Amino acid sequence: MPGSPNINQVVDHLFRHESGRMVSVLSRLLGLQNLEAAQDIVQDTLLQAMNTWGFNGIPENPSGWLYRVAKNKAIDFLRRQKKFKEISPQYSYLLQSEYTLTSTVSNFFLDDEVQDSQLRMMFACSHPSIPEESQIALTLKTLCGLSVHEIAKAFLTNDEAISKRIYRAKEKIISEKIELNVPQGQELPQRLDVVLKCLYLLFNEGYNSSHPDKLIREDLCEEAIRLTYLLTLQSVTNLSRVNALLSLMCFQASRLQARVDDKGNIVLLKYQDRSKWYKPLIERGTVYLELASEMGEASPYHLEAAIASLHAVAPSFEQTDWKSIYDLYKSLYEIQPAPIVALNKAIASAYAISKEIALEQLLKIKGLEDYYLYHTSIGEIYFEMENKVKAKKYYEAALHLTTSHQEQQLLKRKIDSCEVV
Amino acid sequence: MLIFQGGGPSENTSPEFMQAQMGKWMAWIEKLSKAGKYVSGEPLLPGGKLIKGKSKTVTDGPYTEGKEIVGGFFILNAENYDEAVKLCDDYPDYENGGSIQVRQVMKMDM
Repeated sequence: MPGSPNINQVVDHLFRHESGRMVSVLSRLLGLQNLEAAQDIVQDTLLQAMNTWGFNGIPENPSGWLYRVAKNKAIDFLRRQKKFKEISPQYSYLLQSEYTLTSTVSNFFLDDEVQDSQLRMMFACSHPSIPEESQIALTLKTLCGLSVHEIAKAFLTNDEAISKRIYRAKEKIISEKIELNVPQGQELPQRLDVVLKCLYLLFNEGYNSSHPDKLIREDLCEEAIRLTYLLTLQSVTNLSRVNALLSLMCFQASRLQARVDDKGNIVLLKYQDRSKWYKPLIERGTVYLELASEMGEASPYHLEAAIASLHAVAPSFEQTDWKSIYDLYKSLYEIQPAPIVALNKAIASAYAISKEIALEQLLKIKGLEDYYLYHTSIGEIYFEMENKVKAKKYYEAALHLTTSHQEQQLLKRKIDSCEVV
Repeated sequence: MLIFQGGGPSENTSPEFMQAQMGKWMAWIEKLSKAGKYVSGEPLLPGGKLIKGKSKTVTDGPYTEGKEIVGGFFILNAENYDEAVKLCDDYPDYENGGSIQVRQVMKMDM
């Protein structure tokens, strides 16, 4: 008779998250060059859990159970290896002796060490020598426990493309001899910026409304938040900009439910039911923004978080503090003069100053000719200026540039509304 | 007796999928238990040995093909084959290429 089989006792995503933790711990123990072996051990462990728990019920401490099994498998692996020095040069002498082998391995699975291993893994996955798209794929695979197929689904591409990205990352790990270290001194802030960029992109991938599957989008956002949160827990990485990024993510994520209606159509900020915004996340966002401000820094993440906070506290679209938002975008543009920032700045100016100023700014932007939102935004301004002929022209241009079904539906509705009058 | 063949996860199965699959097994066992049909069951580890012939030759096995591997068994209480087959409705691995052999345990009248 099975013990007390109740799947609800198992935390959501337990396997996925523990997979990320165990891969990090084992890679640190075996050396990152043995990432494959670490992943195999974790896969074996989860398989064993699936079979045993499925038949016999959930153990009292599921994570502890997994760690114990993974630990034993790692010890077996180490005993089979003759060349310890090649495995983990740092710990080889402790792993060579049966007296210290088990206790050394056990120490790696202590709570603090598990967190530390994940931190090291984040820096390794975002190593500057690994191409950006491979960084994200590797992060999702090793730290978030997503399979190649799941990552491919999230990025709307095929398994082969993702396998290649991960393969390239692993090649770099070998060729550049990337180890699981936390960068020290002056190197730290620079390397941390790459980690943050990777997390920012990961979050945006989820937040980007182009994905047809809502659950996948939420998962990516959640993973990005989880890893950014992890950075705030460690004193070396709990920097101002990390808090700012986490704040930004919380504010944005609070709107996830309100951004799509029951039929899966996109709901623009202007028309969102603000009562659907998730208050606890807005509160978290405010707390992290305060922490970020206390530490006195003004990174792009600070400015973006501040903008997001103004939206979050606004009772309605019309009552939004557009003037301050416009000023923040101006500051952001000064430190980050990218066309996408210029686009947002121009949109804000429409509400802060006038539609004419916004249009003038928009038409001056170079480099977004292939971006559908650029054309949508111009269309929007023309529409509000009652110039429906021009509005339609820009909406149509945008329609050709997006592959997202949801975005296309939205644009078709807009085009129709230009014809009605 | 239900003998489960194949349908097990492969090397590329994701942790999330494994957890979901495990949940389905647990829900199935719970359902059978509540109906008073479930007697016992065990999962089996892959691998094993095959002993064969007069010389009792031992080889690795018993099966090498993934789809032939017996992954576990249940002993159920069922009136007849029809009922036993019906109880297999919630087997979670049909979609993954798994199959069930339903066999009646022979009861010896002493």
